[in-house]
Amino acid sequence: MIRYIRWCAYFCALLLLALLVNIARVQVWESAAYGANPANKRAAIARYAEPRGDILVDGRPVTGSRDSGQLLRHERTYVNGPLYAPVTGFSSQTYGTSFVERAEDAVLSGTDPGLSAFPLWYDLARGRPAGGNAATTVRAAVQRAAYAGLGGKRGAVAALEPATGKILALVSSPSYDPNVLSGTGPRVEAAWTALNEDPARPMLNRALRETYPPGSTFKIVTAAAALDAGVVTDVDAPTRTPDPYPLPGTSTLLPNAATGCEDASMAEAVQWSCNTVMAKIGVRVGLRGMVDAARRFGFNTEGLRVPSWVSRSNFDTDMSLDQLALSSIGQFNTRATPLQMAMVAAAVANGGELASPYLVEHTTQDDGSPVRRSGRRSLGRAMNPATALRMQELMVKVVENGTGKNAAIPGAVVGGKTGTAQHGVGNAGTPYAWFISWARAQDAAQPAVAVAVVVEDASANRGDISGNGAAAPIARAVMEAALTAPGARPRAP
Amino acid sequence: MTALTAKVAEPSPPPPEAGAPPRRGVELALLAGAVLISVLGHLHVGLATTGRIPAPADRYAVGLAAAALLAHLAVRIRAPYADPLVLPIAVLLNGLGLVLIQRLDASTPGHPTAGDQLLWSALGVGLFVLVVVLLRDHRVLQRYAYLSVATALVLMLVPVFFPAVNGAHIWIRFAGLSFQPGEFAKILLAVFFAAYLAANRTALALTGRRLFWKLRLLPGRVLGPILAIWLLSVGLLVLERDLGTSLLFFGLFVIMLFTATGRIGWIAIGLLLAALGAYAVATLEPHVNSRVEDWLNPFASIERGEGPGQLAQSLFAFGAGGLLGSGLGRGESFLIGFAAKSDFILATAGEELGLVGITAILLLYGLLVARGFRAGLALRDPFGRLLATGLASIVALQVFVIAGGVTGLIPLTGMAMPFLAQGGSSVVTNWIIVALLVRLSDSARRPRPAQEAAE
Repeated sequence: MIRYIRWCAYFCALLLLALLVNIARVQVWESAAYGANPANKRAAIARYAEPRGDILVDGRPVTGSRDSGQLLRHERTYVNGPLYAPVTGFSSQTYGTSFVERAEDAVLSGTDPGLSAFPLWYDLARGRPAGGNAATTVRAAVQRAAYAGLGGKRGAVAALEPATGKILALVSSPSYDPNVLSGTGPRVEAAWTALNEDPARPMLNRALRETYPPGSTFKIVTAAAALDAGVVTDVDAPTRTPDPYPLPGTSTLLPNAATGCEDASMAEAVQWSCNTVMAKIGVRVGLRGMVDAARRFGFNTEGLRVPSWVSRSNFDTDMSLDQLALSSIGQFNTRATPLQMAMVAAAVANGGELASPYLVEHTTQDDGSPVRRSGRRSLGRAMNPATALRMQELMVKVVENGTGKNAAIPGAVVGGKTGTAQHGVGNAGTPYAWFISWARAQDAAQPAVAVAVVVEDASANRGDISGNGAAAPIARAVMEAALTAPGARPRAP
Repeated sequence: MTALTAKVAEPSPPPPEAGAPPRRGVELALLAGAVLISVLGHLHVGLATTGRIPAPADRYAVGLAAAALLAHLAVRIRAPYADPLVLPIAVLLNGLGLVLIQRLDASTPGHPTAGDQLLWSALGVGLFVLVVVLLRDHRVLQRYAYLSVATALVLMLVPVFFPAVNGAHIWIRFAGLSFQPGEFAKILLAVFFAAYLAANRTALALTGRRLFWKLRLLPGRVLGPILAIWLLSVGLLVLERDLGTSLLFFGLFVIMLFTATGRIGWIAIGLLLAALGAYAVATLEPHVNSRVEDWLNPFASIERGEGPGQLAQSLFAFGAGGLLGSGLGRGESFLIGFAAKSDFILATAGEELGLVGITAILLLYGLLVARGFRAGLALRDPFGRLLATGLASIVALQVFVIAGGVTGLIPLTGMAMPFLAQGGSSVVTNWIIVALLVRLSDSARRPRPAQEAAE
């Protein structure tokens, strides 16, 4: 019997060995795969166990956290949600994150290795550091001015500091309150469905993710290309353009909205927004020259991040001459985001050099010590410095005595360009009103702000949809706010 | 009996032919360690889940120490030569179980169970003391073989008349207490098997018509009763849908039959038939079938969009533990939901103590089982040997069935992890098993008088 008891003992030892091997397989070999399984709630529980870090505007948080007492404990809250929604995006326990909430998620949720001096310690202790904060470049006064200016009409505003590329305002209208998406459950799902089915598309960030035909505001690009290419050497010389202008190779006649465009100079063409002259100049610059110029301003570039990605603005690279003529006045397939057109104005204001726009100034740990700082980054030169000076003069004339008088600010040098873009089949849609501009305090060396405004509101009186009528006053309010706002730097740590 | 004075000096040296020294001092030291670990775990859970030391911590520590000391004194007086590892392992496992249940209580505030478990553990220790004190010689049990098997069958039959709980008719409920009589039946069945096989092993091992080669037909007259009882008990359990226990009884029967007769051929045939039967049940019976499906593909419910099932949650918990675990009170094993404190308690240990902790716990079980087998080897009487083997096998099989189930090694069948899992009947039963092992090991290691040694 002794022998058989021994065998039983060996058998039990074998069972124990099998258990241990299998548990080691589960706990070591499969551990990572199980942890990554979307049905495993542990990652979500850990993510929401602590309050999420805040997004700051002017050094003050525009976000917060609420202890819901649920399994996923902390829910995001937003101070003044609709105003800052295009900046912050949402952080939802059901639908993930967007915009800065997404781009800086690692810092905000506390998983960024830069949040701790000893990241390995947190790996070992299974903890995570408190969520860090993300300070934005947005200035509250500028943002509010833009939001109030749009006043609920469909449209968008993007404002930049030309020398640095800091985004001072990013507004999309109509907006939404990201608070309603923070948690879980049927109410959040209903809110999500309602927002997505809303025909006004409140969750669309028009400033970054919607492209519009830029219309006459694109003439700044065309004029800069002509000066750079030497096609126009004297801006005041007559261009011998007929009115209306027959599109090359076709019998179609391109009319003008303005009068006095026949044989106008380029300066006058910019000042009074002559389609005929600028279309002809675009054709003379040629496809290659126009495509190059557009690319230098940031068109046709994939993957611009601020740090949220920005939709690609388009200038076609393969066109016939009549299409090129239309594209040169911002029609045909030319499309731009409001941010892109703000970059055009900023490049002119900044002496031709294009600074990469950015939205997050720096990120800090919970206690304020720095994690990362975004620096000024150049996207290259959009035009020669001489061309930029010339373009600044042309744009100032537009505001002083041209189509953009509504943007004038006493005591400041303001340059602008209006645009009224046709769209829809047979141009049947309500035209989009554009205004791009920049402003410099009279005694300042550098421009304070460049801004692009687009108003697409369908409910407005059709006659009112013009750059000067609908968009320029908004741009002026934004520029005024930027000129008077104290050089609001986020608080020192 | 010099044990009472052993605090000042070891008992007088045993006669030279004796086996091992009593080693009661070792037991006491190990017990102190086991109590210390349990109390520290208690404090740790309190600090990790509420940020405070649990209010009655001092009383808890004193109570635990008193219970351990009481058990130790009983062993010291009545079973001075008992294996010094058995009692400390039982105390440590029970203490760890209390810690884990206390920890899970923190995640299910509406349904506290640690208090009940503490009471049942106290009752278990009481029964341990009672068995060690009253049962002077394990051979007495041999006389009650038929009484015990009758009691076992009655105990297993009674729950059929009570309403099913979670799909299984294994509970008796009255006066607010729930009770799982099948737990006790396994000890009684082990006693019966041991007694019957010990009495008839010669006949079983040597007689019977030869079939072919070495295979001999077991004599029906002898095998009949035991086979009938075994079939009856397994049949009852299948009726009650207590799959884990039927698996345990089957394993127990095979192991004890093998130990008694050494007939590996019949064991092999038995296993083959069992495998066929299991296959048939697994394909025909939907309840079992779903368990097998779960085992083969634990994440199927996720792919169907129904969220993770219990086994998937259990695997997630083990996976989250990794090598070192998340720390007591820092895991999320409550996601398992129903039965997290009972059948799935090992998942909490796996998540919060890690592979290191779970290995330690399984090795504790391994050690306990090994000490049982060792007592079986050292005993002289066939009944004692078979009983020790049977009791050790019960623990081993039970640990394998449930630990293998929750880690996806074998299909999951409901069963309590000995000592760790929440459940009064289980804790009490395990304390009785430990008491019997203490008694058996005492007989095995006791210095034998000359006439007995010559047996």
